[in-house]
Amino acid sequence: MPGPARPRPALRPLRPGVWESAGDERPGMHVPVRVFASEKLLHEMDDQVFTQAANVATLPGIVGASCCMPDAHWGYGFPIGGVAAIDPRHGVISPGGIGFDINCGMRLVRTRLTWPEVEPRLAELVDALAARVPAGVGSRGFVKLADDDLEAVLGEGARWAVGRGFGRPADLALTESGGCFPGADPAAVSERAWKRGKDQLGTLGSGNHYLEVQVLRPEGVFDAERARAFGLDLDEQVVVMFHCGSRGFGHQVASDYLEDFLRKMPAKFGLEVIDRELACAPVSSREGRDYLAAMCCAANMAFANRQVILHRIREVFGDVFERDEASLGLDMVYDVAHNTAKLEQHEVDGRRRELLVHRKGATRAFPPGHPELPPAYRETGQPVIIGGSMETGSYLLAGVETGAASFFSTAHGSGRTMSRTQARKRVRGRDLKRRMEHHGILVRAASMRGLAEEAGFAYKSVDEVAAATELAGLSRRVARLVPVANVKG
Amino acid sequence: MTHGGGRGRCEVLDDVTSDVSLRARGESLEAAFTAAADGLLSLTVENPEAVAARETRAVRLEEEALDLLLLRFLNELVYLRDAEGLLLRVASLAIRRDGSGGTALEARLEGETFDASRHEAAGEVKATTAHGLAVAPCPEGWEARFTVDV
Repeated sequence: MPGPARPRPALRPLRPGVWESAGDERPGMHVPVRVFASEKLLHEMDDQVFTQAANVATLPGIVGASCCMPDAHWGYGFPIGGVAAIDPRHGVISPGGIGFDINCGMRLVRTRLTWPEVEPRLAELVDALAARVPAGVGSRGFVKLADDDLEAVLGEGARWAVGRGFGRPADLALTESGGCFPGADPAAVSERAWKRGKDQLGTLGSGNHYLEVQVLRPEGVFDAERARAFGLDLDEQVVVMFHCGSRGFGHQVASDYLEDFLRKMPAKFGLEVIDRELACAPVSSREGRDYLAAMCCAANMAFANRQVILHRIREVFGDVFERDEASLGLDMVYDVAHNTAKLEQHEVDGRRRELLVHRKGATRAFPPGHPELPPAYRETGQPVIIGGSMETGSYLLAGVETGAASFFSTAHGSGRTMSRTQARKRVRGRDLKRRMEHHGILVRAASMRGLAEEAGFAYKSVDEVAAATELAGLSRRVARLVPVANVKG
Repeated sequence: MTHGGGRGRCEVLDDVTSDVSLRARGESLEAAFTAAADGLLSLTVENPEAVAARETRAVRLEEEALDLLLLRFLNELVYLRDAEGLLLRVASLAIRRDGSGGTALEARLEGETFDASRHEAAGEVKATTAHGLAVAPCPEGWEARFTVDV
C-alpha cells in the first residue's frame, strides 16, 4: 500500500525549468528525483507525483535520476510522465513503469487541404470517420485476423500492415523504431492476450483515446523552418492527429506479468518494493526477458493498429473529397510511442551505456543528428507530438541536444489536474458537446460520460506544458494545432 | 454457492487523478467481491440494470492472498468483456480460505454481450492495478479497495 503523499521534498533549481531533490527523501533511493517544469506547473503538480517518483528512485539499477516530465501527474506505481533509465545488467523491468496500455501513442498526418476547403464538408467527414473507425465499448476492429496473421502482427508491427496493403512503405520510416520493436517473441504472450486482442485491430478504444481533425493557423507556427521540414507549409493546413494503443492485447500482457511478478518477487527474486504496482523482475531473469519480449509484441500490435487506422482515414478522406487519396497528401509527419521500455544507448557521467529506458506517459525525443532518426529528420531532430485536451489544442515539437538530462524524453500530453469524477460533477457530456460545437469543434463521442471526463478544464494548459518542455531543454515548439473535430470512444 | 450478506455496495473514491479508485463493502467477503464486480460493470455501462442474464460463465480461481484473488477476479471480468464481449454480474460467489493463507473463489456469472441499442456505453476498463489494492475486515463486514486503469 503506497499510503498518503509524503511532504514535498525540497527541490533545488539546476537550470531554468529543471529541479532536483537531494535524493534522501526516503530510504533506499539510488538517485535523486529530477522534475522538468515551469514554476507554475511545479506548484500545480499532485504531491503524489513526488512520492511516486521517490519510490521509483529505489528501483534496483536506476541510473541518473527518477525523472518527471512537465505534464506529470499521479498514476499507479510510476507517476504518469515518469521516466526511469535502468542498467539491464543488474536492474529491473517493471510493468507499472510502462503502463497497461503498452505503446499507446500519437500519430500525426498532414493533408494538402486547407481549412476553407474542408470546412463545408467537415460534418460529412467527421461522421464518416466516426462510422468507419470503431471506438468505444464493445467495438470490433475492421481487420479480421487468423492466428497466423496475429503472430505476424506481433513480430512485424506496422510492417505487417503495410505489407498487407494498409498504408504506404514511406509510412514506416516516419514511425518510431520503423513501426517495429525488435525482440518481440509471440511465445512469451499468453493465450488470453491473443484472444483478447484478436478482434481489436483497427479500434481506437475509449478514455483519452481520440481522433482529431486540426488546423494549423498562421499564428500557430513557432519554428517556420522546422514546420516546413515536417511538411507543414500551407496557410490553414488541415492535419489529422490520433491517439490509441495496443488495446486489450497490451492490457492483458501487462496484467499477466504484473500478477506473475507480484507472486515471484519476494521468494524468487528477493525483491521488495514500496508500492506493489512497482512490481518488477530482474531484466536478466527469464521472467524479465519474457516480459520484455511480450511487451515488444504489444508495442508492435499498437504500431499495426495505428497503421491500419491511418489507412482507413485515407480511405475516408478519398471518399468524402472524391479525390485520389494520394492527391490529398495524407502523408505521415511522425508516429511516437508512449508507455514503453526500450534498450537505448545513453551517455551517463561521460560513459556510453546501454540502458532500459522506461517511459510511462512520456515521449522519446531524439536530438538532431541521432542515428536512429530517418534522413528527413536528421537535421531537425525527432518530431514530438503532444496531444492537448480536446477543447484547446495540440503541439508539434522537435527533440533537442539538451534532452540528455531526461534520457531524451519529453511530455506526452497536457496532464490531468482533476479526477474523472470531479470533471463529471462540473459538466454533463451533452452540455460539453454543445459548448464545443458552439466554439467550432464538432464532436462524435461513443460515451457522453467519457466526453465529460475529458473536458478541457480537467487538464493543465497544453501551452504551459509545451513552453515548459522548451524552457527545460527537453524539446522545442514547432507548431500549435487547433482542433475542429473530435471523434472519441 | 451463495453470496452471503447480499450484494454489498461499491463507490468511487475521488482520490486518483487519472484512473479510478473504488471501495466495495459488504456484510461478508462474498458480498464485498460481488459489489466490486458491480462497481466494475458500472464503469463499463451507465445502465448496468439493463444487462440481462442471457449467458452464464463459471470462474474458479486460486491465489495465495485475498487481495491477489480480488485482482485476478476483476481482471477475469475485464478479460471476458474483451475476449467474448460479455457484460457480466455475479449470480453466486463463494470464497474459501485455508489455514495457511491460501484462497479460492468459485463464481457463477450472468450477463450478455454489449448491445449499443440497450446499453449506454460508459468506458472501457483496461485492467485492475495493484495500486492501493486491499481486502480487509471493516465494521460493516469486509472492504475491498482497488484502482482501475481506464
